[in-house]
Amino acid sequence: MRRWMAVLRTPVGAGAGLLLLGVLLLAVFAPVLWSHQANAIDTDHLLQGSSAEHWLGTDNLGRDIFYRVLVASRTSILLALLATSIAVVTGLALGSAPAILGKRGGRAATAVVNIAVAFPGLLLALFFAVVFGVGAKGAVLAIGFAGAPSFARLTQTLIAGVAERDFIAAARIAGVGRFRMLVRHILPNIAEPLVVNATIGAGGTLLAFAGLSFIGLGVQPPAYDWGRMLGESLSGIYVHPAAALAPGVAVVIAGLAFNLFGEAVAKGFGVQVPRTRWTDRTPEATPARDDDNDAVLVVEDLHVTFPGPVTPVRGVSFTIHKGEIVGVVGESGSGKSLTALAVAQLIEPPGQVRAAELSFLGAPLLGRLPVRSTAAVRRRLLGTSFAMVFQDPMTSFNPTKRIGVQLAEGAREHQGLTRRAAMDRAIDRLRAVRVPAAERRARQYPHEFSGGMRQRAMIGMGLMGAPALIVADEPTTALDVTVQRQVLRLLETIRTEDDVAVLLISHDISVVAQICDRVLVMYAGRIVEDLPSTELATGARHPYTRALLAAVPDLDTALDEPLAVIPGRPVDPARMPEGCAFAARCAFASDRCRVEDPVLIDQVACWHPQAQAEYSNFRTGQR
Amino acid sequence: MSELRFEGVTVRYGRALTAVDGVDLTVPAGQVVGLVGESGSGKSTLARAAVGLAEPAGGQILLNDVPLHHRPGARRPLQMVFQDPYSSLDPRMTIGDSIAEAMPRGPREPRGPSRRDEVVRLLELVGLDADRVSAYPGALSGGQRQRVAIARALAGKPEVLIADEITSALDVSIQGTVLNLVRTLQRELRLSMLFISHNLAVVRYVSDIVAVMYLGRIVEVGPARDVLGNPQHPYTKELLAAAPRRGSTALPPPDEALVADAEPADPHHPPVGCRFHPRCPIGPLIRTDREHCLTLDPTAEADHRLHRAACHHAAGVLRAVGSNPPVLMQLKEDSQ
Repeated sequence: MRRWMAVLRTPVGAGAGLLLLGVLLLAVFAPVLWSHQANAIDTDHLLQGSSAEHWLGTDNLGRDIFYRVLVASRTSILLALLATSIAVVTGLALGSAPAILGKRGGRAATAVVNIAVAFPGLLLALFFAVVFGVGAKGAVLAIGFAGAPSFARLTQTLIAGVAERDFIAAARIAGVGRFRMLVRHILPNIAEPLVVNATIGAGGTLLAFAGLSFIGLGVQPPAYDWGRMLGESLSGIYVHPAAALAPGVAVVIAGLAFNLFGEAVAKGFGVQVPRTRWTDRTPEATPARDDDNDAVLVVEDLHVTFPGPVTPVRGVSFTIHKGEIVGVVGESGSGKSLTALAVAQLIEPPGQVRAAELSFLGAPLLGRLPVRSTAAVRRRLLGTSFAMVFQDPMTSFNPTKRIGVQLAEGAREHQGLTRRAAMDRAIDRLRAVRVPAAERRARQYPHEFSGGMRQRAMIGMGLMGAPALIVADEPTTALDVTVQRQVLRLLETIRTEDDVAVLLISHDISVVAQICDRVLVMYAGRIVEDLPSTELATGARHPYTRALLAAVPDLDTALDEPLAVIPGRPVDPARMPEGCAFAARCAFASDRCRVEDPVLIDQVACWHPQAQAEYSNFRTGQR
Repeated sequence: MSELRFEGVTVRYGRALTAVDGVDLTVPAGQVVGLVGESGSGKSTLARAAVGLAEPAGGQILLNDVPLHHRPGARRPLQMVFQDPYSSLDPRMTIGDSIAEAMPRGPREPRGPSRRDEVVRLLELVGLDADRVSAYPGALSGGQRQRVAIARALAGKPEVLIADEITSALDVSIQGTVLNLVRTLQRELRLSMLFISHNLAVVRYVSDIVAVMYLGRIVEVGPARDVLGNPQHPYTKELLAAAPRRGSTALPPPDEALVADAEPADPHHPPVGCRFHPRCPIGPLIRTDREHCLTLDPTAEADHRLHRAACHHAAGVLRAVGSNPPVLMQLKEDSQ
């Protein structure tokens, strides 16, 4: 309901809603108010043009066309709505039949729909019009049934989408019958798109109905609708253009009202992308500090903001040196992935990235560059020295292109290699990431690769240039534990062999602990602790880091005790509390924590950092 | 308290893919069987077959020695908790309605207000406030939704509960509370449970019995302590080696490079002989004399080995000599 209201608040939605309301009100009240004027026969003024008395002139019996157009709105719209509801109900029944009838009956219903959809709607309408006979009733049935197949197909598609969700399976296991399943679980979840499409469909039906009446298959005299009036006055269009145009204009307006309203609602329910202008970045970025020659990536006071305003990343600063593996851990919503995306310049508008400094190999990444050529230089720098590995290797490759070609693409673009040389390089890189039978695999498509192999190929793609930094966002999360280890080892090997720095984002602190030199723990958009991974087990000082470590069960977890948990739930970035974001879940929180936000001092952002000795008897609380 | 038994269960998707291939597995009454394996090993398919979401192509699934039959609309004695709590609750239904819907309907079941009381009792059982009854899933966090899903499964008065990767979609800080809840409930209600996870550490924490699945087959099964303490199958050993240990800050030393980089087998084309041989660190890839692994299926003799290990070279071989407990005999490794 709230979303419907939101639609009505947009200019298009409000306009279309008003128009539709007007058309519907007209259909309800016009016959009551103006029936008399519309039917008054005036033999003195036959087929007259527009005058002060008859705005749009009169017809062959001297009746006022303006009032007739107004009064005809009821018949036209009522019949169109009737036809639409026949289409919707029949379509719904046909489309949801497979869900009720079980396997065999369902297949038959689907076949019927498939065949019916193959016929053009107009052909079906004419066919049914002939079958049901000339007249309003016949036309309603004809147009209704002609519109049913496309609605049935829509219903089927929507149901198929919902049927795969787990709650349908859960209801089946709970012993919910097919009919109840349809009514309680499936229909409510597909109702919105159906309603929207029915509204848009009503506009089309109105037009179709006017068409049938126009050619004399629809409403029969003495009844009249817009289509019929159009047909009757068309012969005199050169003499009385207004008489022919008026019903046409009425059809257009009413049709527009339905269509516009439907489209506005559809747009409102879809994904909304509020437009914000992409200007508010740091205008001119400062060059990197000279004293840190070894630094590959310098991030200083990084903020990522989305409209709302929501700031999921609030002032993150860190530096990655040559050949260093830095891990970022945190729960969902901690801002760790957004940090990685911001570094990779992959935050799309309306998201905004601000930072006091964000530089890669000494070159600033943020800010508009004054000269166009420098932009190209920056792109080349990113193209050859920067690599990104995503969580799901299936979606990060183009499924229609061979792996080798995709690897070679970047090298041809950025390094100017020939097709041949680029392909050789691709095969060489696949070998480097230890893809067996690299030459053969380079000619395969992504779906022929297993998840682990795809992830290797993805890393291989990053190695096509001479990367200084690989940003890996949850690279092992979609992989099995045994494969996970292989990919981690590969990253470690690349680091040692080529002196590449790695920024590894993960929710799994044990993954990070295994290969990283340094771990950044993030919570609510901040780095709360920065420590060498060798000290994770014993040297963590922030209560959150400790809680996170204690919460992960491992092969040495005591079986007779409950698992350590962190009470409460992660912070919603839209409702950031005052003071320390972790205070509400922290066993050591004091009044100061609730009002004053701790900053990262001495590698820990906490007012009450825990001493190392206390670690052994640490527990955040049990439930 | 019921016993769930899979006897030679085979599940196929189409003609090409045999997701589960002749699985024998028993979930004893009041015990938790943990099923581990990588994605594509068929563990979720086995669960779906048990609750009637997948049709077995062969074998049978027995509850207390009676074959299970699933009819639409009939009460199901097996209930399942799904992996993704964001997809497993109907977004258009209040959580109270979702739970009430799963409660058995019949002349002797509670009605009206007492039905509502039962919903509240279930919510409180999983640690949610009673006033959440009329909330929609959209208002709950992932962990809370998973609690609702557990309450819904319990509402069906299940004889066996199946938990399919119930914590893998949750944050670590939430995972613990859900695991604690599952363990407490299982003990209080003496539930029989099939607990599926890819995470060996999680399975170890909740299970009495551990079964390891690889490419549609159970390759090792036994009491949790024994299987994890004395793994027989090389795949189990590999899983153990990959699982995190407290305070470990380095990758375990690499195995033989050849095997470490081998690709997991494709379930569409399972290898002949031992299904694990293309990845096996003690198999024909490393030791050329072990050609029988390429042709002989070790599953046939599995019943005679410790933990029913599907490996020709499992160290211990079990031979019942008419006495109890069974006698362990060491055989020379290449005697097969």
